[in-house]
Amino acid sequence: MKSLSSAFEGKKALVTYIAAGDPDLDTTAYLLKLLDTEGVDVLEVGIPFSDPLADGPVIQQASQRALAGGATLKKILGMLKDLRNEISAPRVLMGYMNSVIAYGQEKFAADAAGAGVSGVIIPDLPFHQGEKLASLLREQGVDFILMVTPNTPAERLRGICERASGFLYCVSRLGVTGESGTAGASPKEYIDRIRSHTSLPLALGFGVGTPEKAALAAEAADGVVVGSALISLLEPCGTDRELLRSKAVPFLRSLREAVGRTRR
Amino acid sequence: MKTSMYFGPFGGQYVPETLVPALDELEKAYLASLEDPSFSAEMAPLLRDYVGRPSPLYFAPRITESLGGAKVYLKREDLNHTGAHKINNALGQVLLARRMGKRRIIAETGAGMHGVATATAAALFGLECVVYMGEEDVHRQAANVARMDLLGAKVVSVMSGTRTLKDAVNEAIRDWVTTVEDSFYVIGSVMGPHPYPLMVRDFQKIIGEEAKAQILEKEGRLPDQVVACVGGGSNAMGIFHAFVEHPEVALVGVEAAGRGVETGLHAATISAGKPGVLHGSYSYVLYDGDGQIQPAHSISAGLDYPGVGPEHSHLAETGRASYVSATDDEAVEAFRRTCRLEGIIPALESSHALAHVYRSAGSLPKDTIVLVNLSGRGDKDMDTILSLQSKEEQS
Amino acid sequence: MKKLSMTFGPFGGQHVPEVLLPALGELEEAFLASREDLSFAEEMTHLLRDYVGRPSPLYFASRITESLGGAKVYLKREDLNHTGAHKINNVLGQALLAKRMGKKRVIAETGAGMHGVATATAAALFGLECTVYMGEEDVRRQAPNVARMKLLGAEVIPVTSGTRTLADAVDEAIAAWVGEAGKSFYLLGSVVGPHPYPLMVREFQKIIGEEAKAQILEKERRLPDRVVACVGGGSNAMGLFHAFVEHPEVALVGVEAAGKGVDSEFHAATLTKGKPGVLHGSYSYVLYDENGEVQPAYSISAGLDYPGVGPEHSHLAETGRASYVSATDDEAVDAFLRTCRLEGIIPALESSHALAHVYRTAGSLPKDSIVLANLSGRGDKDMDTILSLLQGK
Ligand SMILES: Cc1ncc(COP(=O)(O)O)c(C=O)c1O
Ligand SMILES: Cc1ncc(COP(=O)(O)O)c(C=O)c1O
Repeated sequence: MKSLSSAFEGKKALVTYIAAGDPDLDTTAYLLKLLDTEGVDVLEVGIPFSDPLADGPVIQQASQRALAGGATLKKILGMLKDLRNEISAPRVLMGYMNSVIAYGQEKFAADAAGAGVSGVIIPDLPFHQGEKLASLLREQGVDFILMVTPNTPAERLRGICERASGFLYCVSRLGVTGESGTAGASPKEYIDRIRSHTSLPLALGFGVGTPEKAALAAEAADGVVVGSALISLLEPCGTDRELLRSKAVPFLRSLREAVGRTRR
Repeated sequence: MKTSMYFGPFGGQYVPETLVPALDELEKAYLASLEDPSFSAEMAPLLRDYVGRPSPLYFAPRITESLGGAKVYLKREDLNHTGAHKINNALGQVLLARRMGKRRIIAETGAGMHGVATATAAALFGLECVVYMGEEDVHRQAANVARMDLLGAKVVSVMSGTRTLKDAVNEAIRDWVTTVEDSFYVIGSVMGPHPYPLMVRDFQKIIGEEAKAQILEKEGRLPDQVVACVGGGSNAMGIFHAFVEHPEVALVGVEAAGRGVETGLHAATISAGKPGVLHGSYSYVLYDGDGQIQPAHSISAGLDYPGVGPEHSHLAETGRASYVSATDDEAVEAFRRTCRLEGIIPALESSHALAHVYRSAGSLPKDTIVLVNLSGRGDKDMDTILSLQSKEEQS
Repeated sequence: MKKLSMTFGPFGGQHVPEVLLPALGELEEAFLASREDLSFAEEMTHLLRDYVGRPSPLYFASRITESLGGAKVYLKREDLNHTGAHKINNVLGQALLAKRMGKKRVIAETGAGMHGVATATAAALFGLECTVYMGEEDVRRQAPNVARMKLLGAEVIPVTSGTRTLADAVDEAIAAWVGEAGKSFYLLGSVVGPHPYPLMVREFQKIIGEEAKAQILEKERRLPDRVVACVGGGSNAMGLFHAFVEHPEVALVGVEAAGKGVDSEFHAATLTKGKPGVLHGSYSYVLYDENGEVQPAYSISAGLDYPGVGPEHSHLAETGRASYVSATDDEAVDAFLRTCRLEGIIPALESSHALAHVYRTAGSLPKDSIVLANLSGRGDKDMDTILSLLQGK
């Protein structure tokens, strides 16, 4: 298995997000393998939560479907553990703090490592609140991935960069996940500002849903995160693998091509 | 100057990074307002002439007589403009918003009382106002939706999750994450990320400060027990705060036991929950083994919330306050009794506090004093009570 | 003990069946006695403060003032009283009197239900039985207030005679009182009816003006130029006016309900369009036709929907001490909506008539003039009326 930062080496990385258990965990396992095969560089795996306050409608509904399908953090970790030798792209868990608290922070860090997870993103855990979890993860060799947003002031940005590991998740705009009318114009100025504080790879996400937007994002950043658009595309396919594959593959290839066009 | 984000281990700022600068800005503005005499010079006349403060402390002779035990006093927040304690906080925050140059106000609401209070304050200051309300509550509380409408606020019906208060908070936070540069989020209780729990308590602490002075004037001593209902916990923190430093005064919070804590259909967060994170702070929360937030249930929409303010969690853990609960049935019975005995129609929320008094004050010695926060009036609950009555008549 | 005058100029008196005279005499005596009795005043003061929430604030309405660009507008906040209107001041006074007279039961009439709710409230507080007469039409229109009265333990009797509204409810309540020869206490809701009611109700309501006078002196160091109140029976207006009557430099303005227009048949502008006559026990202005038949009044606001007016207002009108104008339904609704948006206050539709007059006139007054309007009640009870109106448009 590759390390997180090596996923960004020598090329612009394509990062995808899907909600684990949407609509069931077998389908998620199938999709993760498919994404891996299609050259996705980092796999974000969403932990469904009843109250995902940083997410837009697409991921909210995906979470609801996953919960209705019986997904739990325990089962998700089990699935990832089963897959650990079948997938080469690093996996990153993304979920809300209460799921971690309910599971137990120590146990979560240990089991995530045991399931082959390379990094963890908790959108409602800013670094000044997450020191305990960050150090537990560090002890297990798991990166605690932090987010930067366009309104992060310089002093705060320095603090984030000092503590970040793996890569930095650069949120493209003020808002929740998902498509919005305007994905910010050229992200170059924003990415350059962050780059002056860190040598970590920078992945740009939120509202990147088309190859055009992905290409624009990849011009400035080291990686591009696509989530809601992928989920929306696959949602009508249900658990039908052939249908899933036939929808996913062309989309991933167009993204792959758009992102890969610019070398690092 | 910075203040602590925590009450013991509880509180903090469990929020998306986008909101961190906004919370910093808010904390600064809030702390500056504390030192700024012009802020209190604007707040004080509003509280007096607009809200109608001080609210009276009323000795309830017929309740007292009917119980035959402790003397029962009611703090009359029901007489405030808009009919509940919520306006104390809404005015404070909207005034702060105006001083920070924000043009747009966001709020969540359950029963609609905080929504009405916020829409009121926004109208008074000429600011734009958007209120998020679960679709379920929009139907249950149509009269308050109409009031907000008349006051010029836009009410957004929230279709996600359980379509009640907790989902309205989610949606309000999502709005704020998107509009953080020109919007101010007016949270309606002592919950949410720091500095809200502290700030809301400070805007509500006038309840206890007045009550303390009033009881000293009437009885020449402090009460033995102070009782309030607990949803998010703002009316309770408001009345408790002035008494926390007096250990001889027992503080009792009454949560909603719904159909009974053992049925799972309740909102008794401290009684039956565990520490966790909901809506930006670490506190007691109702959630299942997997961390999923459980829907709360209460006949009173204002208590129908699966979280509670972090300061209450701290008061509970340290034992300074005790938390009990009252069922839907007990609250309805207390509602009816208070109508008949005192000619006061209490809010169903406040009826939970009264239920505890009816249950326990009779066995206290005659020279003890119990002070109850009558947090709001019950006009908004008439439909609920009437449909209950017609069901009872049918069966 | 000296007797009180029964009349205001030529108006007032006791135009009632003989059988009620003893009851009215007993009431007058009890009322006079209560005025000499310190413990009565003490109990009233205590209740008004801790139960009703008095003093009600005098609020400077900065956004109304700014939007008009003329006089400074102050609002007397009777809407913040317990039960939501000025009615409770009078009701508590009379209920306390009833209790002291050893009465076990109170009777009342109600239109919109505000006086009925206030009476049921006071009866609950004193543990008295309570019967409220209410026109069947009003029972239907004001279902929430009917429910409130019942919760408070009152019996509500729908009145099916006449137009099935307020005037008929008064007829029926008086008839019931006559029927039992004045045994119960009749708790009248405005400055109308036979002596001593107009005087007694005014005395229980005059605290509004006394407070307002002290408050405006504290805030502005002078009396207002104009005092404005809506007039149904006239109790909130008399309550506010009384303290200012002796100051001729203060203009007193009563605003009646013009309904669909005073030139239509649909209005309740008694002093504007009526003639002196007898209704419900006193001689005062009344709306009646050539045959002496009382005409049905009309207003969008149920609390102003009454074809009579208190005798003291007739007197103030005839002597010119007060002037009486009117506002239409449309003007009142417009004032209602404006006040919601400008001040975050939902006024009663009754009070909105007073506000309509302010919106109409205060803009053309000099900036240093002061207008004081009585916000007699809150408008929560009127939400249905306003909503169905807005939806209809
Ligand atoms: C009258 C009243 N009391 C109490 C509450 C509960 O809120 P809190 O616990 O913050 O006082 C509400 C909430 O809507 C309310 O309207
Ligand atoms: C709020 C309010 N204002 C005014 C009135 C009119 O009565 P009066 O003219 O006696 O004040 C009523 C009567 O119901 C009322 O409820």
